[in-house]
Amino acid sequence: MAGSPIVDPGAERLSRSGPRIAPPGLLRLDPILLLAVLGLGACSLVAIDATTEATLASRQGAFFGIGLAVALLVSQVDYSRLRELKYGVYGLMVALILAVIALGGVTRGSRRAIDAGPVELQTSELGKVLLCLALAAFLVDRSRRLNERDTTARAMLMALFPTALVMIQPDLGSALVYVVIALAALFCAGTSWRHFAGLFALSAAAIAIALVGAPKLGVEVLHDYQADRLTSFLHPSDDPGDAGYQQKQSVIAIGSGERTGRGEEATQTTLKFLPEEHTDFIFAVVGERWGFIGAALVLSLYALLIWRALRILTLAKNLYGAVIAGGIVAMILFQVFVNVGMNVGIMPITGIPLPLLSYGGSSVLTTLLAVGLLQSIHVQARASRKGIRT
Amino acid sequence: MNVDDRRPPITPQLAVRVAILGGVALTLFAVVFFRLWFLQVLSGEQYLVEARENRTRAVRIQAPRGEIVDRNGTLLVSNRQAVVVQLEPQALPDAEIVAAARWGQAMTRRSKRPKGKKGPPAAIPPIPTAELRQRFRRLGRVLGMRPATIQRRAIEQLAVVPYSAVRVRSDVPRAVMSYLKERKERFPGVDVDRVYLRSYPRDTLAAQLLGYVGEISPDELKERRNRKVNPGTIIGKLGIERTYDRYLRGRDGAKVLRVDANGRFSSDRPVRRREPIPGRQLQLSLDLGLQEAGQDAMNAVAGGLPGAFVAMNPVNGEVYAMGSMPTFDPSVFAKPISQAKWAELTAGEGRPLLNRAVAGAYAAGSTFKPITSLAALDAGVITPGQVVEDTGCIKVGDRMKCNAGKVANGGVDLRRALEVSSDVYYYLAGIELFEVGDERLQRWAKALGLGRRTGVDLPEEARGLIPGKRWRAWMNRQERRCRPTNQGRACYVIDIRPYNLGDNANLAVGQGEVGISPLQMAVAYSAIATGGRVPRPHLGLEVQDATGAVVQKIQPGPARKVKIDPAHRDAILDGLARAAQAPSGTSTPVFEGWPHERLPVYGKTGTAQTASGIDQSWYVAYVPHETKPIVIAATVERGGWGADRAAPITCRMLREWFRVGAPCQGGGSNTF
Repeated sequence: MAGSPIVDPGAERLSRSGPRIAPPGLLRLDPILLLAVLGLGACSLVAIDATTEATLASRQGAFFGIGLAVALLVSQVDYSRLRELKYGVYGLMVALILAVIALGGVTRGSRRAIDAGPVELQTSELGKVLLCLALAAFLVDRSRRLNERDTTARAMLMALFPTALVMIQPDLGSALVYVVIALAALFCAGTSWRHFAGLFALSAAAIAIALVGAPKLGVEVLHDYQADRLTSFLHPSDDPGDAGYQQKQSVIAIGSGERTGRGEEATQTTLKFLPEEHTDFIFAVVGERWGFIGAALVLSLYALLIWRALRILTLAKNLYGAVIAGGIVAMILFQVFVNVGMNVGIMPITGIPLPLLSYGGSSVLTTLLAVGLLQSIHVQARASRKGIRT
Repeated sequence: MNVDDRRPPITPQLAVRVAILGGVALTLFAVVFFRLWFLQVLSGEQYLVEARENRTRAVRIQAPRGEIVDRNGTLLVSNRQAVVVQLEPQALPDAEIVAAARWGQAMTRRSKRPKGKKGPPAAIPPIPTAELRQRFRRLGRVLGMRPATIQRRAIEQLAVVPYSAVRVRSDVPRAVMSYLKERKERFPGVDVDRVYLRSYPRDTLAAQLLGYVGEISPDELKERRNRKVNPGTIIGKLGIERTYDRYLRGRDGAKVLRVDANGRFSSDRPVRRREPIPGRQLQLSLDLGLQEAGQDAMNAVAGGLPGAFVAMNPVNGEVYAMGSMPTFDPSVFAKPISQAKWAELTAGEGRPLLNRAVAGAYAAGSTFKPITSLAALDAGVITPGQVVEDTGCIKVGDRMKCNAGKVANGGVDLRRALEVSSDVYYYLAGIELFEVGDERLQRWAKALGLGRRTGVDLPEEARGLIPGKRWRAWMNRQERRCRPTNQGRACYVIDIRPYNLGDNANLAVGQGEVGISPLQMAVAYSAIATGGRVPRPHLGLEVQDATGAVVQKIQPGPARKVKIDPAHRDAILDGLARAAQAPSGTSTPVFEGWPHERLPVYGKTGTAQTASGIDQSWYVAYVPHETKPIVIAATVERGGWGADRAAPITCRMLREWFRVGAPCQGGGSNTF
């Protein structure tokens, strides 16, 4: 392996345009990552078809088709060019979130989506990837000044501004994802441990104020129902009106699946004991219908996906790619853990969808866009290595 | 791209951090895996038991529907409590529930296929277990039903709402109720409940107009107006019940009860409870006395022939009475209705469900002549005083057209033409209007409310038809397209030709393809009587609470304005007065002894020729009055001359309305 630290900057450019290296782009994709994504897509369609909202499976299939096409397109573009567009990317993200606040329709008390004809655009989803791109660009620009407190502070402010906007909608789940993406980006860029310690202390203080101090002063940071949901997993309830009820039903559904699932006998998820079973509680559907085997298969596919994403992180041809990959890994990992954790009753109800599995165009498209970026990082890494070798 | 942007494949620092990230991922996955293992493998059995037991059931608490009263507050539609027999879904085997869900999915898939390729509806699955068949058989014996019928009801209802009780039979006798209650253990899962059913203290009175109610159908659930309605709700399906469903319906309450695997309530205390909100009371502009008089007159005079009548206030559009014959007993809809009964109500000769007063589209015969008069006067082809020689027949194109009985009326002016109903006079007007060429007659008819919806608050109103050049051209296009697919035979019209002079002459006397409902005629006469205000007829007056206090006044929308020359109006009304009052007026004999000096009747007979060969009887009358002016339009299919059937019916209604003691002549005879 030609690992010389200083390389002729022309080599890469040459390799990209030179006629010598022209294996078709598709071959340079990470096949295992592709396989994991296709497998999850298939699981999603089968699971949605098993719910009471079976008719939505074909729509979900269409979302996957579009998403995969977008991902393929993105994978063939050099992501490094996006670095120059960081202001545009950031501006677009903020504009999209503001657009929802201004134009969005209200579903169940929150304004999360713009009604665009047949589909609802949930722009806070797309914002996750955009934030990842913008933060990575910012951090790479300042890669020599990462030790400065100023860099960390600015990066966090960049992330907290859209986070606050999303909180207004109110979409607590997405807000948390934004924060996690920012932390992961800082982490992968190489921010010093001292800064993380400081951030931890600050956030602990902020949470204390939000949960204890502010209500006493009459300022509500969290809506009652949000606080209710966040704590409900600690005390499951029998009252269908309570937040804890859903979670209890979800746990019963998954538990009753036993090793191999109840198949057609499934009642919990087919008889409307669980609301939103095709979106937030899709994992419970898998768990009840196909048991431990099904649930473990889905989790393994996610593990595969995360493993490949981490591998791509290490292969990335530049720091920008590595930071993007880090952000995406954190985004997917966090959402999977929180959603599955919510389904199995060890995490609070936050309304975070299960990436690629939950029904919903915005979530599917966003995740596939992220996968497309990962593939692009992979393609570029392989291309530049070949370039070095020749 | 600068140099430090490119870095060696991986720095030691990044390697450490990726390792940490990987470690975190591994930990999180491990946590979830262990939790899953614990839930599904170690304690799965216990959760499976819980899932089987865990069945709450939402029990609907039916909200009583609002009552409907007439303009004087007399009850037209109310509610009564009835006993229904239901099956608890919890006591049915899982296989039955699953079969119902599968059947529902199959029906959904079928409904999504394009028309014509739907294929046959999915067959009702057989009763899954012998034990259940035995139960259905036992219950069927008590209720007088076949087990297959019970199975069909169960599957159909479970497919829509899986965990709600299945209604097997409504309105069972009290004896059956006590029989079932006393032998509960012999009828597991059978529940006897009380529900509200619609009751009709006046039986068949205004049946089509009031409409009926029933459980919302899957198709209706998709309608925009029913966005917030839950499956299983009783909604208005027709007539006033449908139009004002939003107010009448109220809101069902619910209680959520916990039941165990055997379908028994594990506690009486509901987990949740929401109280029902009763529906609002609705007051109609209908006058019960006049309505009854109308239906009685219809029965007495027309003796079972199909027909309809409308009485309304020409100034504000309030409908005082509206009836259609034959009628039906709306209480048949209280129970699930059989296919045969439904076919009898909707198809066949009489079609009792059809509200002919608004959905009938008839040739109106001579009652159309005032409209022709207005158009001809407006076009200047006639003047009120101009005299035309009526020799009994006239050549229209190359055809001879004659008055009824070829009577020669001699010299007639407009007033006289209306008085004796001279066809020749109006054929001539129709020919001349055709020659003016700007569809003046059609435009006037439309302006007065014919060939368009009147906007009455009934869902089933028909638009009717005023034929003209554009309509004919459209028909020709349809015919050209259709005929090749029909083996060259005629689909809609026999000959493809432009709208011609003969058509217009026919229209001038209310004949031909023209389609007019009694309500439209009443509106048109109202417009002429009031000198150009086309009222919007309406039945709903007020939404009231249970005590009768006004919650909301129903605003029918403003009257449309048409410009009518007062001189033209006066001449036409003059003619109409003479038709009902002058010695040679067409309906004068009917009103013999009527106090015309106090209550002048302006009336026009109509005798429409129909495809059946037997004439249709029409009459439209207007009586001005300070406080209760009225326009009545009545028609009897196959009823013969206007003065034979429709005029006596109108007369009897007027007699009731103004409390006049005068007798109404005619109507007893059977001569056509």
